[in-house]
Amino acid sequence: MSQFAINLLFVGASFALYIGIAIWARAGSTKDFYVAGGGVHPITNGMATAADWMSAASFISMAGLLASGGYANSSFLMGWTGGYVILAMLLAPYLRKFGKFTVPDFIGDRFYSNTARFVAIVCLIVASVTYVIGQMTGAGVAFSRFLEVSNTWGIWIAALIVFLYAVFGGMKGITYTQVAQYVVLIIAYTIPAVFIAMQLTGNPIPMFGMFSTHTESGVPLLQKLDEVVTALGFQDYTADVDNKLNMVLFTLSLMVGTAGLPHVIIRFFTVPKVADARWSAGWALVFIALLYLTAPAVGSMARLNLTTTIYPDLAGQVENVEEALQSSIQHGEITSTDAQGYAPADQWTNHPDIPEWMVTWAETGLIQFRDLNGDGRIQMYNGSADFSDLGWAGNELEVNNDIMVLANPEIANLPGWVIGLIAAGGIAAALSTAAGLLLAISSAISHDLIKTMINPKISEKGEMLAARISMGGAILLATYLGLNPPGFAAQTVALAFGIAGASLFPALMMGIFSKRMNSKGAIAGMLAGLVSTLLYIFTYLGWLFIPGTNMLANTPDNWIMGISPLSFGAVGAMINFAVAFAVSSATEEPPQEIQDLVESVRYPKGAGMAVDH
Amino acid sequence: MADDKSNAADYWKANVRLIFGCLAVWAFVSYGCAILFRPLLAGIPVGGTDLGFWFAQQGSILTFIVLIFFYAWRMNKLDQKFGLGE
Repeated sequence: MSQFAINLLFVGASFALYIGIAIWARAGSTKDFYVAGGGVHPITNGMATAADWMSAASFISMAGLLASGGYANSSFLMGWTGGYVILAMLLAPYLRKFGKFTVPDFIGDRFYSNTARFVAIVCLIVASVTYVIGQMTGAGVAFSRFLEVSNTWGIWIAALIVFLYAVFGGMKGITYTQVAQYVVLIIAYTIPAVFIAMQLTGNPIPMFGMFSTHTESGVPLLQKLDEVVTALGFQDYTADVDNKLNMVLFTLSLMVGTAGLPHVIIRFFTVPKVADARWSAGWALVFIALLYLTAPAVGSMARLNLTTTIYPDLAGQVENVEEALQSSIQHGEITSTDAQGYAPADQWTNHPDIPEWMVTWAETGLIQFRDLNGDGRIQMYNGSADFSDLGWAGNELEVNNDIMVLANPEIANLPGWVIGLIAAGGIAAALSTAAGLLLAISSAISHDLIKTMINPKISEKGEMLAARISMGGAILLATYLGLNPPGFAAQTVALAFGIAGASLFPALMMGIFSKRMNSKGAIAGMLAGLVSTLLYIFTYLGWLFIPGTNMLANTPDNWIMGISPLSFGAVGAMINFAVAFAVSSATEEPPQEIQDLVESVRYPKGAGMAVDH
Repeated sequence: MADDKSNAADYWKANVRLIFGCLAVWAFVSYGCAILFRPLLAGIPVGGTDLGFWFAQQGSILTFIVLIFFYAWRMNKLDQKFGLGE
């Protein structure tokens, strides 16, 4: 069977599974549609939350980020998991006790203000829409690489599948498909990692293999990796960072952003009891950690594998570093190049030294090569380091970070079915997150905007219809943005986390932990956190990310106190808290019934199921 | 009613105290061991690197899991003790 047929089989079978689940779990009421009837077991919900949370970025990009950045990118690991600690202790149980369907529900009721509700709706929609663009493009990449369809067709197929199970099944359909998607993606992620850890260290458990001895050289793997990358002019893989303030703030921004993202929070409304919400957060993190503890191993091993593929003599015990560097692999004869000097894929890969997987991926354009010094060999090193004494004229091989996970089974020479599994896993990661985000968007529109603010008399049937139409509309918008991604797609992740962390998270937390917080304080705080974060991001990345409109160049020298725009969400959250407390203490205290409401969310007693009122 | 109120207030105080304790550990492993105190832990080798690196890429995540389950277990006990469970 050809690789294409195997990929088709795996992806097709996973789709059949998702559609089958959707038919079985049709939503019959708004309660089914928004919170899956409120009867999801905490472990099931934990698994669904893990799939909801782990997006194309976690599955495809994170190991590549770790491979290229080493220790310095550990913030992603800690930030995207540590957020669950604050979610479990500061938000989830109390919001579950509150017992409504959405995040703006809580903010609007707690701060007895439709203005607060509206600010929350806007924050939620902007954060979720920017986030969903990346999922659609991620699904498009996975489709076009593995199913040999065009990117456009890939995105349309992804949209159709999500439409089928999200529009008809609502939260109920999404929950059970996410459980299936979690199983697919975690198997797809860990199997190649286990094989590679075995090959490199003899230890089958990647998270231990990473800290074991590298079989071929006889020294610890990370020490070997440090030696190899420094020989090529890069910084030590495990090197410490100088700007600790920025690393702390970046990690904190990712944590509060994680805790404030509505599509994650609403998952905790689906469990039957307050105690279940607490357990469920723990289970979610267990399921997330299975991937997040493996990712650093995948990253470090992929970096070592990639480097020793180019410089085979660096793999074992190196006697003479210079000689090892000069005996890098050769490439095929190049007769034509493009304007930047890059060689067509079929020319440079046409040499027995070039491994099969590089041939496949060169065709996608994610690996590019140019022979700068015309020596017939490939040099891959830190282009800003000086290796002119070896006759090197610059880095010749550009490797896209996203390859690290997707090409992993091919690099390790694993059988074709593992590649098919990776294809299904990458698509599952993108689809499950997209569905969760789309539900958060559609419930904000149909429940908060239409039912609560515009037409409170709408019938249950009418609200369901509105929910399905807004879901369909959200999918069309996401598809459009996936097909025509704004040039700033990568930066928008900073925006999503900045908004969730600087506006929604502090408002939710103060709503629970401060009885004295009134509507004026909360609204002023949300706006201050939002505006300050947007100003800081736009100053360096351009107004609305339009290139050339940034007022200062985005370099560490220009950053205030060395704080990067990506790290500003944490500062925005602090500004939010400070402004909210200042304004609130200068104005009247909230009415008695609101103080009673705060009192009631603090105690699990009398929670009951999530209900509409 | 007065008893109910002071009972509930005690429950909330115990909850907040527990959260402070858990978040202190949360901050210590991630911002402390993994980032700020990494140079101090540089002398403790772990598989080819140092303890700070291990905390940044493995240890803090493992600690987070333990923290959430510990919190859930303690809170469920408190719910019962104060008679405020479901």
